[in-house]
Amino acid sequence: MATGIRDKVAIIGMGCTRFGERWNDGAEDLMVEAFQECLADAGIEKNEIQAAWLGSCFDEVNIGKSALPASMALRLPNISVTRVENYCASGTEAFRGAVYAVASGACDIALAIGVEKLKDIGYGGLPEFSSAMGMLNQLWMANMTAPGGFAMLATGYAAKYGLDINDVKRAMAHVSMKSHANGVLNPKAHLRRAVTEEQVLNAPQIAYPLGLFDCCGVSDGSACAIVTTPEIAKSLGKKDLVSVKALQLSLSNGTEFAYKWDGAHFVTTSKASTAAYEEAGITNPREEISMMEVHDCFSITELVTMEDLHISERGQAPKDIMDGFYDLDGGVPCQVDGGLKCFGHPIGASGLRMLYEMYLQLHGRAGDRQLKDPKFGLTHNLGGFPFMNVCSVAIIGKHDA
Amino acid sequence: MVGITSYGGYIPRYRLSRMTVVQNMAWYFPVIMAVAGGEKSVANWDEDAVSMAVAAAYDCMTGKDRKALDSLYLASTTLPFADRLNAGIVATALNMKEAGVSNADFSACMKAGTTAAISALESIEAGKKDSVLVVASEQRRTKMATMFEMFFGDGAAALLFGKDDVIAEFKGSYSVSCDFIDHYKGSGKEFDYGWEERWQRDIGYGKIIPEAIAGFLTKTGMKIEEFDKVIYPCYFGGTHKGIAKKLGIDKEKAQNNMHAVCGDTGTAHPFVMFVAALEEAKPGDKLLLASFGQGCDVMAFEVTDKIKDFNGPIGIKGSLAKRVELASYQKFSKFRNLIAADLGIRGEANPNTSLTVLWRKRKMLLSLVGVKCKKCGTPQYPAMPICVNPDCCAINEFDEYEFADKEATILMFTGDMLSASVDPPAVYGLIGYDGGGRTMLDFTDCELNQVKVGMKTKMSFRKRYFDEMRGFTGYFWKAVPQVEGGDA
Repeated sequence: MATGIRDKVAIIGMGCTRFGERWNDGAEDLMVEAFQECLADAGIEKNEIQAAWLGSCFDEVNIGKSALPASMALRLPNISVTRVENYCASGTEAFRGAVYAVASGACDIALAIGVEKLKDIGYGGLPEFSSAMGMLNQLWMANMTAPGGFAMLATGYAAKYGLDINDVKRAMAHVSMKSHANGVLNPKAHLRRAVTEEQVLNAPQIAYPLGLFDCCGVSDGSACAIVTTPEIAKSLGKKDLVSVKALQLSLSNGTEFAYKWDGAHFVTTSKASTAAYEEAGITNPREEISMMEVHDCFSITELVTMEDLHISERGQAPKDIMDGFYDLDGGVPCQVDGGLKCFGHPIGASGLRMLYEMYLQLHGRAGDRQLKDPKFGLTHNLGGFPFMNVCSVAIIGKHDA
Repeated sequence: MVGITSYGGYIPRYRLSRMTVVQNMAWYFPVIMAVAGGEKSVANWDEDAVSMAVAAAYDCMTGKDRKALDSLYLASTTLPFADRLNAGIVATALNMKEAGVSNADFSACMKAGTTAAISALESIEAGKKDSVLVVASEQRRTKMATMFEMFFGDGAAALLFGKDDVIAEFKGSYSVSCDFIDHYKGSGKEFDYGWEERWQRDIGYGKIIPEAIAGFLTKTGMKIEEFDKVIYPCYFGGTHKGIAKKLGIDKEKAQNNMHAVCGDTGTAHPFVMFVAALEEAKPGDKLLLASFGQGCDVMAFEVTDKIKDFNGPIGIKGSLAKRVELASYQKFSKFRNLIAADLGIRGEANPNTSLTVLWRKRKMLLSLVGVKCKKCGTPQYPAMPICVNPDCCAINEFDEYEFADKEATILMFTGDMLSASVDPPAVYGLIGYDGGGRTMLDFTDCELNQVKVGMKTKMSFRKRYFDEMRGFTGYFWKAVPQVEGGDA
């Protein structure tokens, strides 16, 4: 009988670059920047790392294939390095590889690093993906972009709950306004200006009904983590350990867009979060989860995700959002570091960046945005489209919690 | 009895008022003001001769068995492939049989449609074939501020020929073939090249059509007075009337040339006008059809009692009624790629088309065929080896299932300004088919502000992309929200 990952692996070091339009830095510079911070935080030597995992998504316009770019940039000592790609869950996948390797006993200390260099393509938004979706899919799938794919969720959500689209938009605007407010407090965030709900609502339309401020930043960046067993962590003199409580992944199997789905929720998130709570021993997430970093690629994604994480009741996310429940001073602060919205979204790094914020908060090192005594932090990635996606949910927390 | 067993038509919904052309371009060539009345039909940016042919063919095959067709003939001078059977694309879109079927393109002449029809009828009369679908379709690009731009419209029409349930009996044909050139389009050239109008009118239409009809009457012993409608294309209004006078028929017996409502649809036009005449015909009516182009084909038909029970196609009348004014001459110019607008770097992606994938998945991609599970009865698209119903998951136990003729309901949608599109925003969404099955598709022939969750859609075969580097036109199906009107 599987016992899950809870408390089998501790995070002893993390690093994260400033996210943004890093015109003067390549992926190698970003990886080294994050890695140096991480290594110093862990207090170990590079040659103590026995295996590494690299997460990146758009390899064709970024670092290219294989894990060699990480091995070479970090000059790793000829250890095993594996590149993983699973859309926007790529960073969390790299983390999962490292955590599972340690938990299995295959190695003592492992590295997970994520990186994405998106601003070398010459245009805004994510790279065009028609030529990266497979030779069959490019011949029939709708002429979609990421904002368009998620925008549809807003029309589906409004239709399911009989809501005026403008009321949904108002809650979406609050989501973005809140993340901008948090981003102001974070020196590593890409976007650091506060906005009002009115500014969000009046922004130019990108994909109906999403406006510019409903969309997250497209950024360059890297983040990484070094993990080991709690025993080794203690032997290294680490105190107040942060350990992994749950790591879950769920993927669509085609039913949403080809069989049955209400068009108003994420099948995968709903399942992965339930499994994660069980793995972490959490029975009432609304009460027990201290803080979250969710995949707010678009404001509507965050809105709907609040329900699929079983924190807001079905149909109640707009109300909780408007009540400020997810604001920095709310019941479950969400996107404490600014989120994808304002911290930015270098895809392969994002999952690790979310864990970085939870890790800082758990250690009380989050500066102006420090929350009071957090115990469990949840991170969530959603890659792909609402109707066909990869979802990861991770929970980390104080080792004794 | 051999003759027509069904008809269908397709006129694209956009109409460009000729006054709009005049307002924009008469400064350059004021002569266009002489024919400024009425409007011309304009294909949407994602339509071409092949896609419109599919629309007309589906219309014609309403309630008919597409698997029973022995041949599909496609007539057009504006086909996207010089070497790849264009009729084969239409036939695959119709999910016709492949074995035992012989399809053909009839091209390079404005009378190719009637030539294909005569060929079809002769093979049926000879007992070699039972059922042949002939589709004529045209979508001509014209230079700005030309008479061709004023005269030409886009459209398609289809005639099904056979032996059973004949609605108009074939009464004979006669052809004149000569190398008379009123206009031509050289190989590899973008636009038509025309001789002066006096030549086209007086020695072309005005002489060749009456002489061919006279030859037909002599050959068959029929008299012109027997005919209730005489149908012949000629976009010069005066010459059209003059031909009637020359033939000695009342002007109301000469079928209207449709200059006012859609313009001359080229190779399709004899069929388009003929279908318009059939839509008004009564049992016993005799119709004489003549085409024009390097000679003239003349064909006679007599309408039977069966026409009284015949209904189903949208036809020319129905598609003319689905009308939206294209108020912007710039949009028209962009749709026809006459002006260069920037698609942005995002629009540069240009992967080639895998011909192996296209062959292996032709039913999925061109026929919009999915499957229905034999165990749980779930219709699904695209076909995968394992049933999509999680409570079933039967493996490879499917029957073929057509989605092209199914209506659906919009479940969610968006209008995307970021997607590279000739006509932004790119509107797309998830639709659920009546009877089961759902999928995510591009939408077309709608404005974003007209689309609602819950709205019905119909399927339409469209041009998906043109790979300029390799000359390949790719097609797929789109959903058409059933909107009323529009404000394009």
